[in-house]
Amino acid sequence: MATAESYVLAIGTKKGLWLATSPDRKDWSLSGPHFLMSEVPSIGIDTRDGRTRILVGVRSEHWGPTVFHSDDLGETWNEPERGAIRFPEGTDAALERVWQIHPDAESRPGVVWAGCEPISVWKSTDGGEHFELNRGLWDHPHRGEWGAGYGGAAAHSIVLDRTGEKVHVAMSTGGVYRSLDGGSSWEPRNKGISAYFMPDPNPEFGQCVHKIAADAAVDGRLYAQNHHGVYRSDDDAESWESIAEGLPADFGFVMLTHPRRAGTAWVIPLKADGERIPPEGKLAVHRTDDAGASWKRLDDGLPASDFNSVLRDAACVDAEEPAGVYFGTRGGSVYASADEGEHFAEVASHLPDVLCVRAAAVSPAFASAGPAAAVSV
Amino acid sequence: MVLPSVLQPLAGGQSLLTAPADGAATVERVLDLVTGDYPALGRRLRDETGAIRRYVNIYVNGNEIRRLQGLATEVSPGQEVLIIQSVAGG
Repeated sequence: MATAESYVLAIGTKKGLWLATSPDRKDWSLSGPHFLMSEVPSIGIDTRDGRTRILVGVRSEHWGPTVFHSDDLGETWNEPERGAIRFPEGTDAALERVWQIHPDAESRPGVVWAGCEPISVWKSTDGGEHFELNRGLWDHPHRGEWGAGYGGAAAHSIVLDRTGEKVHVAMSTGGVYRSLDGGSSWEPRNKGISAYFMPDPNPEFGQCVHKIAADAAVDGRLYAQNHHGVYRSDDDAESWESIAEGLPADFGFVMLTHPRRAGTAWVIPLKADGERIPPEGKLAVHRTDDAGASWKRLDDGLPASDFNSVLRDAACVDAEEPAGVYFGTRGGSVYASADEGEHFAEVASHLPDVLCVRAAAVSPAFASAGPAAAVSV
Repeated sequence: MVLPSVLQPLAGGQSLLTAPADGAATVERVLDLVTGDYPALGRRLRDETGAIRRYVNIYVNGNEIRRLQGLATEVSPGQEVLIIQSVAGG
């Protein structure tokens, strides 16, 4: 049952942002591009406080990275004059790319987190207009040993608990780090996650964890899609166990969890390392409803053959019932399911490489918002 | 300082920004002066460390400053500083 009259699906690509709207999560109207020729690797849709704010991390090859926000569904975009995310003096660092924009819980309105390249975590208390660098992670003694994945060295997953005190971050490469004091101090938590590509395949840190997500209903339960390996933790990342059995491949970038139901998660397996394509060129989403004990292949509505990969943030769920599942490929196709992945329909095709998608129900007032004029940086 | 059209909206629509000069100044100083009122423009040209962005090219007297003294390159009163983005990509 839908809880609002309109839905928005924001699609960040290598060459701009597109927005799709729908009255029913089945028929979608596409508008864009916004920020043409700039990549949009991160999107946050913040529906707290009775408004819909779309935050986007935008990066121009020429003019660098920045964060824009829109409170009118993309009709106008704003950025703080001096930049929402700006490394402070003394760090001798410059922002390369915003990989993650994550509005905090309903109970903490105005709080928005960001994960960035170089590896860093940031927190805003004004709805994403200004962020402050998390010094605990920035000054961590492990920093010099963290590495870069193919896409860069970044903190790409930020998972918060109900209290706001327990925070899990995942970075490529470095692995999972946990804070129990709201982000003041951090410890690696990777026991059981393989780093087969290192001389010691079971290091304390250094894993190439691609994405982590929290179970919506079981405290302390997390899921991880690793660079080879799919894992679950039932003890706040103290230890991880494999849940890859039953999947056609244990590589991939995506890890999604249900907004409310315990034990439900989605992955999109890829064959690796040599090929980086859906196994046998057959694109499919896999869902578990029993915390990884078994997996169900979901490919209804997906093409019979597709050789494109799906990147870590190019997939999302919405908060509706049943949950919507969305993802986009590096071939520029975007698919949506209004029934938790049982059936997919193509929302867009032939876009540039899809880097990020986010979806949310929006208030009816936004339903009439028209497509925006092109905005550049 | 002459701006490419794509950056002019960040300078109130101006294509030419000027800075007062008592004598020669470095490119760094000129950039500080002309972007002082337009910080978003300044961020497009230089990152937080003050470094010129990789695909931003700055010309003084027809020469790209990376081949001169970089940000320390001197600009004489009345001289033009051209901002030109690289043309590359796919």
